[in-house]
Amino acid sequence: MTILAPLLLPPFYVTLAGYIGLATLVALGLVLLTGISGQTSFGQASFVGLAAYATTLLTKLAGQSPIIGLVAGLLVTGAIAWLLGLITARLSGHFLALVSVAWGISFFSLFGTLPLLHGFNGIGDIPPLVPGTGQRVTLGVILAVMTIVMTMSANLLDSRTGRAMRTLNGARLMGASMGIDTVRLSRQVFVLAALYAALAGFLFAHFQGFISPTPFGLGTSIDYLFMVIIGGAESLCGAPLGAALVVLLRDQFNDWIPRLTGRAGDFEALVFAIVVIVLLQRAPDGLMPLLARLWPQHPAAAPSDAEDEVMAPAPAPASAGEALLDVDTVSRNFGGLAAVRDVSLSVCAGEIVALIGPNGAGKTTLFDLISGVLAPSAGTVHLFGAQAAHLSPHRIAALGVARSFQHVRLLARRSVLENVALGAHLSGRAGLWRAMLRLDRAEENALLDHARTQARRLGLGALLDRHAGDLPLGQQRVVEIARALCLRPRLLLLDEPAAGLRLAEKQRLAALLRQLRADGIGVLLVEHDMDFVMGVADRVVVMDFGQKIAEGPPEHVQADPAVMEAYLGTVA
Amino acid sequence: MTALLRVDRLHAGYGKVEVLHGVSLVVPEGCMVAIVGPNGAGKTTLLSAIMGLLPRIGGHVLYCDEPAGSTEALVASGAVLVPERRALFADMSVEDNLLLGAYTRRRAGNRDTSASMRDVFTTFPRLEERRRQLAGTLSGGERQMLALGRALMARPRLLLLDEPSLGLAPMIVRAIFRVLADLRASGLSILLVEQNVRAALQVSDYGYVLEMGAIVTEGRSSDLANDARVIATYLGARR
Amino acid sequence: MQDGITTGAIYLLLAIGLLIVFSVTRVIFVPQGDLLAFGTLTAATLQSGQIPGTLWLLDGVSALALLISWHRAPLRTALTWGVYPFVLTMATLLLARFEHPAMSILLALAIVTPMGPLIWRFAFRPVADASVLALLIIAMALHFVLAGVGLVFFGPEEARAPAITESNFELGQLNVSGQSLCVLASCIILVAALRWFFGATIYGKALRATASDRLGARLVGIDAAATGALAFALASFIAALAGVLIGAVTPLSYDAGFDIGLKGFVAAIMGGLASFPLAAAGAVLVGVLESLGSFWASAYRDVIVFTLLIPVLAWLSLRAGSGEERA
Repeated sequence: MTILAPLLLPPFYVTLAGYIGLATLVALGLVLLTGISGQTSFGQASFVGLAAYATTLLTKLAGQSPIIGLVAGLLVTGAIAWLLGLITARLSGHFLALVSVAWGISFFSLFGTLPLLHGFNGIGDIPPLVPGTGQRVTLGVILAVMTIVMTMSANLLDSRTGRAMRTLNGARLMGASMGIDTVRLSRQVFVLAALYAALAGFLFAHFQGFISPTPFGLGTSIDYLFMVIIGGAESLCGAPLGAALVVLLRDQFNDWIPRLTGRAGDFEALVFAIVVIVLLQRAPDGLMPLLARLWPQHPAAAPSDAEDEVMAPAPAPASAGEALLDVDTVSRNFGGLAAVRDVSLSVCAGEIVALIGPNGAGKTTLFDLISGVLAPSAGTVHLFGAQAAHLSPHRIAALGVARSFQHVRLLARRSVLENVALGAHLSGRAGLWRAMLRLDRAEENALLDHARTQARRLGLGALLDRHAGDLPLGQQRVVEIARALCLRPRLLLLDEPAAGLRLAEKQRLAALLRQLRADGIGVLLVEHDMDFVMGVADRVVVMDFGQKIAEGPPEHVQADPAVMEAYLGTVA
Repeated sequence: MTALLRVDRLHAGYGKVEVLHGVSLVVPEGCMVAIVGPNGAGKTTLLSAIMGLLPRIGGHVLYCDEPAGSTEALVASGAVLVPERRALFADMSVEDNLLLGAYTRRRAGNRDTSASMRDVFTTFPRLEERRRQLAGTLSGGERQMLALGRALMARPRLLLLDEPSLGLAPMIVRAIFRVLADLRASGLSILLVEQNVRAALQVSDYGYVLEMGAIVTEGRSSDLANDARVIATYLGARR
Repeated sequence: MQDGITTGAIYLLLAIGLLIVFSVTRVIFVPQGDLLAFGTLTAATLQSGQIPGTLWLLDGVSALALLISWHRAPLRTALTWGVYPFVLTMATLLLARFEHPAMSILLALAIVTPMGPLIWRFAFRPVADASVLALLIIAMALHFVLAGVGLVFFGPEEARAPAITESNFELGQLNVSGQSLCVLASCIILVAALRWFFGATIYGKALRATASDRLGARLVGIDAAATGALAFALASFIAALAGVLIGAVTPLSYDAGFDIGLKGFVAAIMGGLASFPLAAAGAVLVGVLESLGSFWASAYRDVIVFTLLIPVLAWLSLRAGSGEERA
């Protein structure tokens, strides 16, 4: 259908359809960047411009084939985006957005001033894509490319990398703990969005046959962003919807507003801006979810069998007794206050160690030191015999350390299965491109199977398709543990896994931990529930005021007077 | 005795997840009431919902027999919360922190807050020594003193305390609890959330046990401290 | 160089406004530049004996605010959004025909300043807990709203605000314009006044407290809506002041404010969106660099200024480590 459309449309609509297709391309990139990964850019139009000028210079002035122009445009844009991403990668998202304003204006002013680019007079007579053909053929190419890119983006979102991208949006620490290199991934997404824009720029130059700096300014960049917000930043279909609405409305406004006000001007921007503000206040997910509600919901895929396997094949074996974790006299200070002071601790394969102590004793800080969230001020951490004190969380995860969080960190609006599968991130290798081209299916299926197995093992079989955020807190904790097990860890760090669990759930968790111990996994858990700790731990370490005050078998520790004092407290 | 705070079948939570499933409790005027329970039971959520920091999904909160309004309105009418993480103004001086504690009184036209400041300094002489120091540079115990002092600057009728002993040395915990007992003796009503069950039940008049977002037991604190189930679960005397 | 310091002072003012609003409300106040242009153009229109459209805008939006919140806090709202615009409108209608520079400037400040709180009331307060990014997008959209409104009211022509003084001074070899000195003096007075406000008044301290710990501020009874409005009022006053000051040196059109606002951003970012002294240094650097740039390579002036951001951000990025969970 889309391919035939160019043949049937009158010329004016050919242009309009081309603009919608091109805008959709840019907007798709912004959906990935903004809606999915929680970053944004006010500079996409300058990427469009870079590629458009690159192909123009090569085809018009140097007489090369458009293919060369395409490759050059993608390379230049990709390289510049990569550099800009490098600079802002570690800063909060709004810095990237602010810088994007600056580069948007800089490029715009460069396009307008570099003598080579003929300033605002622009460059005309750019050869068409296929020699001797007109806009209709190019429109066909645009619509085809748009369809392909949209499919590839959908493929990407439905993949290991796509899931990882969602952790960039406000859950980076969790992502990193699953072994995702969040800094690198956010840069990749940014470059990808820039490449989409570059593709649009290349097509734009050959479609229009003429370019000048005007359509590559800040205003256009913001139009693209408005399209995404109007359409719906979280769904790919929001991109064409928003693009079509903005382009068509703008076209109408251009006719009507001068007649109404007697003045030419950028009034449609005013109207769009008000629409965007109201949408962000009232319907931050854009129009797509509202539209989707009009259609009857297609029933969820075949209900997953509720029968939970009780036992699953054992993950990576380790010889019992081997030292997995060795923390040696670590300290960590926060502005003069010692949260952890000279604590030593070890966990061996096939051992469950419980870390207890009053709230604020430094247990979570110690956890963060082990899992790479914090670096120790002094002392060493060895994992599996290797120094690990200054590794970042995703590298620690890659060593085979999985963790859960005291305050549950899940992607609330994604399914339980997707959340659990995040834990299996490291058992796959397919990146952005393989996912987009669907070359990752075998791996992806294996990965999801593994996630299902782990979820069923913890009794989540009936809930795989539910949104994680809809589950009660206790079950959310179980999802976290399933996710951690998906990592096939050799060492498991659990931060208050039993908090908020019902008695039956606690017993089930205890049984699971014992089974993991039998499989040779080392477990370090922070827990307040003494019954639970006493029932499952081989060894208990007690902390108070950042220091270790006791260590030993549960019965032994329980009778320790220092522990009684720390735990039960006395009042004069 | 009249009820200063009355919570009636309160439901509250975060997003779609409900944490409190219909909690009812009463703080009578001039009493200290303790809420104890395991981590994750919803104690902090309860305090936040009472104070209007979280939306109250269902049920009622009555303060001075009137429906509780916004956080600001509650503070202005004398219900003040000291949160678990203290929430001090780290880059401001101890004195400014205290001064801001009296913000609602200043806004109501009461310009002279120096008497309250003197009272706070009498209670916590340590704060007077550090009055020019930035709050962020205080030790853990001093921070809790400042948090309490800041709350007292509002001349509260009802003090809500979330884990006042958290991360403090036993000696300081004792000092803090002594201050709480004095405040209670001077007629202030206190709602106390505390992990240190024994201490909480020793200083309070009445206690509630919260588990999984619901009250499972309640009673006079001295009775609760001798309740077999409470002993088994929280006082660690199983042996 | 002299120009550089004068414009640097303007950027400094804007950077201060941005930092106040960002630290108190997390809003990156993009439309501050548009309010600056409003300041210039409102003063210019008044000086030409006409009534500026911004006055009617203020009346209309205030009436809307009054209408919406009437049933809740009648007295205070009526005073703020009912009486103030009424008195101001009367005053403007009476005084505009005198075309007195000081009068025009004061009226312009009085007209533009309440726009900040109104923007807060309608655009940001309903979504005050949204992410910094969502707030930024709203702020960006607001820029287009204000620019569109500016075009309607003032047309596309440039206009010059009335100068406070036309005199010039000989300072050794230098010929210093009186207006430049006015800019510097206003800047110094404002900074001193803000220091006093934040250091010695309870409302200033309440703003700092909100910036320091949001939860703590709520728990001592500081009304987040009111501090937000106050922060926006300060920022829009600063913007209007900057507008009447710089507008007397350089004529501005309705859309010129945005670029000036961005330079203020560059300065604010140099302070990591947190430090006032660093932002001040940044502002002067931007001003000087820009005037040098316009001397050596005027076409690339903006490019040079924005390129300055890159090393600054790279440095911030290196220092930030992995503190990512803040946004």
